[in-house]
Amino acid sequence: MPELGRAALVVCLGLSLYAVLAGGLAAHERRRRLAKSAQNALIAAFGAAAIASAVLLVALLRHDFSLSYVSAHTSRKLPAIYTVSAFWGGQEGSLLLWLLVLTGYSAAAVLLDRHAGRELLAWVVPVLGVVATFFSLLLVAVASPFATHPAPADGLGLNPSLQNPYMVAHPPMLYLGYVGLTIPFAFAMGALLSRRADERWIVATRRWTLAAWAFLGVGQLLGAHWAYVEVGWGGYYAWDPVENAALMPWLAATAFLHSVMVQEKKGMLKVWNMVLVVLAFCLSLFGTFLTRSGVVNSIHSFTQSSIGPWFLGFICFVTAASLVLVLSQRSLLHGTTSIESTISREATFLYNNLLLVALTLTILWGVTYPILREALTGESVSVGRGWYDFFLRAFGLPLLLLMGIGPLIAWRRASIKGLRRTFLWPAACAAVAGGALLAVGAGSSIPGLVAYTFSAFVIGSIVLEFARGTRARRALSGGSWTAAFSELIARNRRRYGGYVVHAAVVLLAVGVAGSSAYQTVRETETKPLQPGQSLEAAGYRFTYRGLTQRDAGNHSELRAFFDVYRGETYLGRQEPGRNFYFREQQPSTEMAIATDWLRGQDRDLILEGTHGNAVFVKVLVKPLVNLIWLAGVVFVLGAVVALWPDAREERRLAERYGRAEALAEA
Amino acid sequence: MTAALVLGALLAVACVALVAVPFLREPDARREQDLLGEPGPAGRRRLELAEERDRALAALKELEFDHRTGKVSDEDYAVLVGPLRRQAADVLRALDRGTETTSELASGRNL
Repeated sequence: MPELGRAALVVCLGLSLYAVLAGGLAAHERRRRLAKSAQNALIAAFGAAAIASAVLLVALLRHDFSLSYVSAHTSRKLPAIYTVSAFWGGQEGSLLLWLLVLTGYSAAAVLLDRHAGRELLAWVVPVLGVVATFFSLLLVAVASPFATHPAPADGLGLNPSLQNPYMVAHPPMLYLGYVGLTIPFAFAMGALLSRRADERWIVATRRWTLAAWAFLGVGQLLGAHWAYVEVGWGGYYAWDPVENAALMPWLAATAFLHSVMVQEKKGMLKVWNMVLVVLAFCLSLFGTFLTRSGVVNSIHSFTQSSIGPWFLGFICFVTAASLVLVLSQRSLLHGTTSIESTISREATFLYNNLLLVALTLTILWGVTYPILREALTGESVSVGRGWYDFFLRAFGLPLLLLMGIGPLIAWRRASIKGLRRTFLWPAACAAVAGGALLAVGAGSSIPGLVAYTFSAFVIGSIVLEFARGTRARRALSGGSWTAAFSELIARNRRRYGGYVVHAAVVLLAVGVAGSSAYQTVRETETKPLQPGQSLEAAGYRFTYRGLTQRDAGNHSELRAFFDVYRGETYLGRQEPGRNFYFREQQPSTEMAIATDWLRGQDRDLILEGTHGNAVFVKVLVKPLVNLIWLAGVVFVLGAVVALWPDAREERRLAERYGRAEALAEA
Repeated sequence: MTAALVLGALLAVACVALVAVPFLREPDARREQDLLGEPGPAGRRRLELAEERDRALAALKELEFDHRTGKVSDEDYAVLVGPLRRQAADVLRALDRGTETTSELASGRNL
């Protein structure tokens, strides 16, 4: 039923356009019914996008190869789960997912944020409508998922690297993050358009921003795990432009989440926060542009397409329009206070922001420089790992340290004498950890040693914060230690949820430092391994036993068998190999990963080639790499704590804004 | 094809109906009844003061707690608490004055 899909998209476009025009007129003329009608248009647009998505999903599941999209991205033998994930495996489906998530977020924001103030919401609707109109227009006029052609007997199948369970979850998570950043952007622009100087837009978007940021973070970790298990090179992050495209808005949103606290606590950094919201949203659009336009050669750019100029035009329009709006309304954004001391919580947040933005812009330059150079001179260049690694150390290590320093310093100001006492335990943790690591030989990598030492400092400060807070809460309320601990978190979920997220970042830093700075790599060079021969790495012996080939549904599997020993102890068998996908006519490398939980490291085996019955292999031993995935679990836990509704806070806000509404009605 | 077109038309009609609901519910709303509620200058000022009040009270609460945990030393506490208390008191006083003024304005308008 492609006609129904097309009709639903046309209806969605019409409704989005109505939300822009009627919503804009209603907000300008302060017309209540028209404003409500425009809000309803956004809700209806979600319904239309959902119907279009359902039509595509049904076509995928029914193998309706008369749809070009279905025949280009699936085949009859493709497992059902990947037939479903093919929805976002191609450009048109991805754009439809963007629209579905966007209209879903918009409808939810309209329904859940009615308390944000009618006047503010009236201006939010046309801003959301502009974004929805752009994506609807792309899907109707440029990249329709419902284009048809004479149906072939079978489809072309799905890119083998996308046939992985992580690819079922990774793109939707990223999109929930990318698209979610539209909501704080729309509320920020709505606040400026309605000329409101209060912080209602921040209150209304706290959870949306946090949720989008959490989805983006989880999406990236899922993507990193996908790269680790699927791409077959033994790494998890290659500074690929498309990976960077997801990292940049996350970094900008991280900066915003910190600096917005300064605005809430001290009424400062109002212009800066607006700029960060705009930056995060524009970078999320830029990320989609990079992934979908085919402007960069990347393992993620699954397509070359015509949507690039459209996207570029839209990004330029959004950036220019929003910055003009921020500048024209800057009189509304005067701070009510200023930084009293360079040694204060707000000052550390400012340093954190400067580092995060510097890192974001450095990565942005690394991504855009080769594109601009090629566009201007025709010369193809690339920005290598060295560039990114240097700036990650230059900005990332101080950021890590600040994560430990920030929580220890009070708002407004702190004396050196007070700081000395507060820093004592975390500094002692860092000194002991650093000394112990030096003693066991971790000094072979200075950045690794510094990262570990700073991580110990951060963990020390987090533990100290929880311990002192629980003790003080118990002294105030009495009761058990557990009750005091629970009450401590319940009374300030954002702060303590944030500390849990900091702990996740420490795990990530330790995992990245361990697995990159201290990894062992061995490979067969010119001479392949014959059956019975061994390769040794980091105390392990990998003895090659032989090759086998087998069929597995839509692909064949070539596997090399290795028995792994440590000394005389047999640890098990690992089977690296290669798959060959029949319909897609593409190979994929299948790395064999085994975890040595006792030593906290992974043994990765990669089959690089065969020569008769002999094999070329690469072995990587990666210490602490699993901490990166554990960091994801802790990250989600921290985000849930921070997102959990706080009834006390809700009551306070209801009182604050409820009375304002009552006065508006009077 | 026909079924798809009929379903598409039904979708369009349903969407138009949803968009028209506010006008269908209140077809005869007069211009003044059809205005978005907007706080006047007094309402906006009150909202800003309420935000400042919450900010000052939260800062005081946090300072007290940080002092109890030992994060803020006695000397720092002594320096910081006075201005914060004064700020909170000023905002509360201004808020009281503002509320009285707003009530007077509202009652005057009702008369």
